Amino acid sequence: MSDDGRTGDSPTNDGQRFDRLPATADDREVEGRATREEVLDWWDQRFAIPPESFEEYTFWEKGKGKIWILRGDVASPIRIEALGMKFLRTRQEHWKPTTNAVQRFGREASENVVELTREQARRFVSGEDQELDWDGDWGYLVAAHELAGELEPLGVGLFVHGELKSPVPKGRQRDL
Amino acid sequence: MEKLERYEPLVEDFDAFLDACQRPLPSVVRVNTIKATPERATAALDEEGVDWTGREWSDTVLELDTDSPGSTWASYHGWIHGQEEVSAIPAEVLAPEPGERVWDACAAPGSKTTQLAALMDDSGLVVANDNNLGRLSALRFNTERLGVTNAAVTNTDSRNFSLKPFDFDSFDKALVDVPCSCEGTIRKNPTALDDWTMDHVRSVAGVQKGILRRAIQATKEGGTVVYSTCTFAPEENEAVLDHALDVEDCRLVEFDFPLDSRPGVTEFEGEAYDESVRKAKRFYPHHNDTGGFFCAKLEVTG
Repeated sequence: MSDDGRTGDSPTNDGQRFDRLPATADDREVEGRATREEVLDWWDQRFAIPPESFEEYTFWEKGKGKIWILRGDVASPIRIEALGMKFLRTRQEHWKPTTNAVQRFGREASENVVELTREQARRFVSGEDQELDWDGDWGYLVAAHELAGELEPLGVGLFVHGELKSPVPKGRQRDL
Repeated sequence: MEKLERYEPLVEDFDAFLDACQRPLPSVVRVNTIKATPERATAALDEEGVDWTGREWSDTVLELDTDSPGSTWASYHGWIHGQEEVSAIPAEVLAPEPGERVWDACAAPGSKTTQLAALMDDSGLVVANDNNLGRLSALRFNTERLGVTNAAVTNTDSRNFSLKPFDFDSFDKALVDVPCSCEGTIRKNPTALDDWTMDHVRSVAGVQKGILRRAIQATKEGGTVVYSTCTFAPEENEAVLDHALDVEDCRLVEFDFPLDSRPGVTEFEGEAYDESVRKAKRFYPHHNDTGGFFCAKLEVTG
């Protein structure tokens, strides 16, 4: 009947709407879509942030591989402009958390957290890459510094080849 | 300043009012309790040597002794957000509770949206709408910077807002902080009145009526709607309330607010408004050393 070339195709990612992530791989209908379980595992594996931390949250995909986090739940799918916070980039070799997500949830991280001095923190938030003496894992780290008596996440840093790269988005960069 | 002369019959100590309108505003921020306590935010400011003064009426409103509050660690981390003191009034008056569904009808650039989310402990749902796509990006930027995860952002004309995308059919509360002629922002922006015309006041009042009506319709019976502007014009304040009282099921309710204010006016330039508009509050620049503001609280009577 339908002649739009989609008859019989499996569901695909629609970049214009938010779809709730399937709970597990068994529930997955859209190819390549991350599952809730995978997202929770990733934060647990990478930063030792326990899955229970996200009990009250739902995860959504809008845009290819862009995962959003919402406290609570709404109907899925939903065509609106934004839902909660951009949280994680999937559908690429290395998943990448957003600066805002790391600021919001990174306090609970206990692995792959690099503590920067005030001067290093300054360079990091101005968007500068810098040499770093870090003997832990390569890849995405929680970059943090001490502020008002506790360690506070600055955002996500990328450590490769002895260098800490600053992926702080232009609009979030500051000269402090 | 001559554009403000029409308010002389309404404002006591009119010279002090005009004087205040010509002084710059103090630099005020709101502590974002989604990311930091007031204690931790002030400790961070202390560490950086930025002096601050609290406000008696709120432990989240601080005056900073700097012209660039954005150039602080507290700001980078989203612990503080530049927001004028009177702009913090309507969300406090709406007083949303954790778990509620709240509509922010004219949300960009997001100071009040993020304040609503903080008052709700970032739980429940804030539906933040704005009709302007450019301003929407500022709204999205601010909600994420301040760590808000309970907001849904929509882009429609609030006068025709539809709840269709959502799985509920009314809000518990709504904040209607409408576009206005912005006379009250003259201290922040000395050119605010350059384009002021009576035609603009009349045209924006029409839009305000449409948005307030839709907010009352979209809020459940017994729910609360807060209407606010940053202008002195009765055409955009009391007259809009008077219209809503006429055509929608609602009533004005009394509220206390711990800043000096004057009641809504019941007549201006030959027009008379419903007596109950006295329950609204007018905040004048010379009373609390703030911008000008208007705020009213309504109950939806169904």
